[in-house]
Amino acid sequence: MLGFALPIARYTLLEAMRNRLVWLLVAALVAAMVAAAFLQQVAITEAARVQASVIAAGMRLFAVFLVAALVVTAVVREMNDKVLEVLLAKPMPRSSWLLGRGIGFIAIAGAVAAAAGLPLWLFGDALGVAAWTASLFLELAIVAAAALFCVLTLNQVVTALAAVLGFYLLARTMAAVQIIAGAAGSASWSDRLTGGVIDAIATLLPALDRMTQTAWVLDGPGGASLATAVLLPACVYVALLGAAAAFDLYRQNF
Amino acid sequence: MAERPISHVPAAALALLAAAFAAQVGVHRLQGPPMARAGDLPLPPHAEALRLAVLGEPIAASKLMLLYVQAFDYQAGTQVAYRELDYDRLASWLQRILELDPPGQYPLFLASRVYADVADGAKARRMLELVHDAYLQDPNRRWPWLAHATLVAKHRLKDLPLARRYAVSLQTHTTARDAPLWVRQMEPFILEDMNELESARVLLGGLIASGQVKDERDLQLLERHLASIEERQKAAERNADSAKRREVDNPDGHPTPSPYKQP
Repeated sequence: MLGFALPIARYTLLEAMRNRLVWLLVAALVAAMVAAAFLQQVAITEAARVQASVIAAGMRLFAVFLVAALVVTAVVREMNDKVLEVLLAKPMPRSSWLLGRGIGFIAIAGAVAAAAGLPLWLFGDALGVAAWTASLFLELAIVAAAALFCVLTLNQVVTALAAVLGFYLLARTMAAVQIIAGAAGSASWSDRLTGGVIDAIATLLPALDRMTQTAWVLDGPGGASLATAVLLPACVYVALLGAAAAFDLYRQNF
Repeated sequence: MAERPISHVPAAALALLAAAFAAQVGVHRLQGPPMARAGDLPLPPHAEALRLAVLGEPIAASKLMLLYVQAFDYQAGTQVAYRELDYDRLASWLQRILELDPPGQYPLFLASRVYADVADGAKARRMLELVHDAYLQDPNRRWPWLAHATLVAKHRLKDLPLARRYAVSLQTHTTARDAPLWVRQMEPFILEDMNELESARVLLGGLIASGQVKDERDLQLLERHLASIEERQKAAERNADSAKRREVDNPDGHPTPSPYKQP
């Protein structure tokens, strides 16, 4: 299977390069450095903390949008150009195409995460920045897998992108929603039903609020167990989305 | 275009889907439920910084901030959580939310009906003061919350001077037509509870004489109440006179012999 998947992954990377992804990342880095210089002039005290926290939050959102948009547009273009149909007509399993695309997009996520973490080395705690970058890579891998699943299901740029960003927003805020829903403390059946539905949705979502925390950049990862808080949940969720995308891909008629 | 049947999906893909789903449920259970820590409520950002951060959407920002604040206290075991909150910081958050959306009533609802409902009197007073300060900025919109704060001060905190101060504010500043009459006439009733009958009588008499009370039934109610205050005053005077007479008849203060025989 890898024999088919690796060339597809390589072409995915090549496609991203030709889409001027590198120039976009350079532009984002320049914008981050300009913002850092501006914040240094504005901040009266704790300038490094202000710079690190603002740049970390901004780069995280930018990276998520960039990866989601890149995955969705690449797959929709491949579908519209009928390249996908040509590939699937060849004697290779559909999962090879999915695996190749997945590996390619996750490699792009790694490059984007590394670029997003670059400016933080100037202001943040070294160990914390390393943990933040690794966590952002895993978060972007989840976003890439979610975008691949959504675009294979919805086949449209706007709807797929909206679904991915909605999924991301929900996953980032789900913990707060659960806390608020659990506060009612009422024994009424409607409250119990609402709480049960919210808990069920939370079970199906990754806990993105616990990943890529800006506090790590400022003060180091502390006692946080990155393996159980970030690595394991991310690997499991990427596998789940990959399996769901494979299920959908195998059922589609081209 | 019709989808192909599930039988076209390889068994390995189905097995991976089932295994990954089970693993996801397991990981979710391993991570445990999200917990809000009451002591961690930070200081709120400045209002102007918030306006900038939310790209000129102050109302949306205020609602999001409300949800954020609620995440710190609206958790299982609510009463314990309220007590653990830093009320000075909580008050800062509620003030900031009001600054972003002045017509919004939610922060004052939380302050007067939720956060003031704690056993710690100092913390409850902090919330009532917040409501009072906010009321003074927009009396005709925010009078319901100060009216509730007055009742909390009177009945739960048993702090009649505080309740009277709020009642005076309500009487002085509320001019909204939709505000019921009782909102502006709370002071005489609080004075009555403070046993300041003469002040209560003067205020109630003044209110009736002013002609502000148009409703016939309200007027009758107030007049009956005025009569009962006057009756209580007379009874108090009679008691004072008889006490004075007893003192004159029995200057040594010996107890008066009982007319009944001791068993």
